[in-house]
Amino acid sequence: MTREVQALVIGAGPAGLGAALSLKNAGIEDILVVDREDSPGGILLQCIHNGFGLHQFNEELTGPEYAERYINRFRKSNIDLLVNTSAIDIIADGDKKTVVLLSEEEGLMEVSAKAVILSMGCRERNRGNIAIPGSRPAGIMTAGFAQKMVNMHGHIPGKEIVILGSGDIGLIMARRLTWEGAHVKAVIEVQPFPGGLNRNIVQCLNDFKIPLYLSHTITNIKGNWRIKGVDVASIDKHLEPTSEDKFSLTCDCLLLSIGLIPENELSLKAGVILDPVTRGAIVDVNLMTSVPGVFACGNVLQVHDLADWVSEEAEYCGKAAALYIQDKITKGRELPVKTGNLVRYVLPSRVEAGKEAILSLRPITPAKDITLMIKSEKKILHKKKHKKIFPSEMLRIPLKEIPADAQYIDVSFVWEEK
Amino acid sequence: MKPKFDVIIIGAGVVGAAIARELSRYRLKTAVLDKEADVSFGTSKANSGIIHSGFHAEPGTLKASLCIKGGRSFDRLYEELEFPFERRGELMVAFTDEEVRILQSFYQQGKKNHVPYLELLGRERTMEMEPHLSPDIMGSLHAPTAGIICPYEYCFALIENAMRNGVEVFTGEKVTVISKKKRRFFEIETEKESRFSCCFVINAAGLYADDIAASVGITDFKILPRKGEEYLLDRRVGTLVKRVLFPIPTKTSKGMLVIPTVEGPVMVGPTAVDIDRKNDFSTTRAGLKTVFEHAQKMVPSVRTSDIITSFVGIRPVATGNDFIIGKTKVDGFINAAGIQSPGLTASPAIAEMVRDVLLQEGLKMEVKPDFDPKRRSIPRARKLVERREYKKLEEIAESDKEYSNLVCRCENVTEAEIVAAIRKGHVTLDAIKFATRAETGRCQGGFCTSRIMKIIERETGIPLDKITKKGPGSEILPFQLKKGENK
Repeated sequence: MTREVQALVIGAGPAGLGAALSLKNAGIEDILVVDREDSPGGILLQCIHNGFGLHQFNEELTGPEYAERYINRFRKSNIDLLVNTSAIDIIADGDKKTVVLLSEEEGLMEVSAKAVILSMGCRERNRGNIAIPGSRPAGIMTAGFAQKMVNMHGHIPGKEIVILGSGDIGLIMARRLTWEGAHVKAVIEVQPFPGGLNRNIVQCLNDFKIPLYLSHTITNIKGNWRIKGVDVASIDKHLEPTSEDKFSLTCDCLLLSIGLIPENELSLKAGVILDPVTRGAIVDVNLMTSVPGVFACGNVLQVHDLADWVSEEAEYCGKAAALYIQDKITKGRELPVKTGNLVRYVLPSRVEAGKEAILSLRPITPAKDITLMIKSEKKILHKKKHKKIFPSEMLRIPLKEIPADAQYIDVSFVWEEK
Repeated sequence: MKPKFDVIIIGAGVVGAAIARELSRYRLKTAVLDKEADVSFGTSKANSGIIHSGFHAEPGTLKASLCIKGGRSFDRLYEELEFPFERRGELMVAFTDEEVRILQSFYQQGKKNHVPYLELLGRERTMEMEPHLSPDIMGSLHAPTAGIICPYEYCFALIENAMRNGVEVFTGEKVTVISKKKRRFFEIETEKESRFSCCFVINAAGLYADDIAASVGITDFKILPRKGEEYLLDRRVGTLVKRVLFPIPTKTSKGMLVIPTVEGPVMVGPTAVDIDRKNDFSTTRAGLKTVFEHAQKMVPSVRTSDIITSFVGIRPVATGNDFIIGKTKVDGFINAAGIQSPGLTASPAIAEMVRDVLLQEGLKMEVKPDFDPKRRSIPRARKLVERREYKKLEEIAESDKEYSNLVCRCENVTEAEIVAAIRKGHVTLDAIKFATRAETGRCQGGFCTSRIMKIIERETGIPLDKITKKGPGSEILPFQLKKGENK
């Protein structure tokens, strides 16, 4: 079956829903949203903890409540949604993009669209990615999988838990499983600082006296059928385990919360060029990828720590895509954004003279009493002192107007002289 | 009273499976017992998947003759059983003058073993054939007849075809006692207290073949476990090599290789370390380091950051180093033991050899006129997506709706393929992984595991908390969330 639409949105999590609503608000009528699950909402549906919506709604919501607000708006707007549908290919041929879908209801469909919005989210890094030595028993799983099984299916993966990695999902699951009567013995983090938000360290570990071992790693996994335990060691500055500081923990479950990777295999099929740092698409100020008419937003573009920022990014992306569909998008003079001192990345990596931009950025390491300075060669565009910065906490900086004569923008963290 | 079976094969790895399929041509009552939850779950599942040309094996050994003979059978087996197989060829590469001389001695050895189309290549020809090889190489020995194969699908195909032709397969049956009641009458007891009786016992028990032999008083060999760690790389680096690349071998192994797999991703390994325990399936930091040092020497662009998974296989090395195949001092008890590399390649020839031993021992073997040599594979959505054959996929999805539900997004495996595997009797997650490739991709099951578990539950009635990774004791989600579970 073939079909033609103005805009095709791949994924109906917070990014896809936000982008679709924004397209509709901007006057695009013919939109199709597809999702491989049987209902919209994405990963939010398994995130039954609170902490969502503080920026978008000025109140604290759970993941499903946050999703519901967007789903209700989405339902009212009569946007076409196809669930149980996987996108398996994007064939970009000049201005025409054809997305191949495999749908439980409709079978195989080839949908061509003027604009395609990539909003497929991310996946969790797993054991294989970091090659943890040891045996291969049952009971080793990613924190997100465990979250889904506990919150959506009512099954608990173990009673004595060790968590490798201090990403947010792992921290949330430490608390969740403690509430369900499990003994969470330790969270092991290879970096000298936590991978998750500070509020989650406090609320999910400290409040339950769960020890966090920074600069430690798991050197061995034991047990052939079900996991029986792990060996833990501190690491030296080359990330090699030391032989002095080591101990063993018994456990029947090892959760992995060792990072998220934007899921861009489909984007690669379309010819989209990825950024090796964010592992998302390289985009311009309109969040358009290297393939004209293909846009990206949410965790497929960069891994966010707050759903609220995903929604904001999606709305921005939808607006830009609408302009593209209406042939109203203007392409100004582009200039590069330089990642200066202590900056891991800035997205987008280029902006346009005379236009607005929203910069997302993360520092390389935590730091205290430091100033974020964003400037062109002549003018300071943003300057703000931060008491603390963390790699786990993304900063989003709206810039009203990039100076018309700027040659570049530099983003740096600087210590100001007293 | 007559025994229930004419022949019982202990062990359902590639050797046991090949023997079972061979015997299924005849009017015999044959059974296969395996201690694991599924077939191919021992050494066979962790095989490198290479059909060797035969220049490695020392002339005059069973290894050499059966490797050559077995290797030739694979074109016919591929036609009949439809498992993934490609004759890609193999290259042994040399880095020094000394190694070039060793290549020449392997060339001579290969000639003695009657390996066809062997050629010694200079640096330029070698680099032309494999451009990602290190520019430091000096030459290679090329054997175009070598192939790559999916080892567990080969094993599954043999078993499926054997079952279709009347062989009975019992998994989860660990043999504990074999007692000889009278001449050509064995009684076999298992841990689950099942009892089987037969005229002939074939010992294809892999790593445990010495224990099985000892249970009838045969103690003239031991199986020494030799561990090999392998690392599978992301599909993205899949096109690095076309052929299997070998270094100059060491005393204990063929060395660490760079292996293209039939499914695309490149594999590197294996190590070769003699170990004490037959169940030490742990990968190690040292193993990883060694594998990549060696692999990078041949193909510098192989990187540890591309690893998507790793695993361990344990070779059953017999004292004496050669295969042990044939009758024993216990009448009716036949060994097919010590089958390490090139055992996969040799397996069809091992099966024929065992058949001949049975004939010589006087077993009446009458060819079944209705033997069906064919085993049909089912369409793989992955293959169609790879080749962008969407019209074909559309047709298939129209006739079988389950092809339009994509379960594993990384490897493009549909519900239809999962259901087909379950209906063939694969009900553990590992078996479904081997049968379909679901969970083998870069997310390693992060997304599809729960979907597959739901399908297993629906198709078999096994509740979610009883579904295992690889048999009892490896339940994925053993505890339920309910009142009373909470403290």
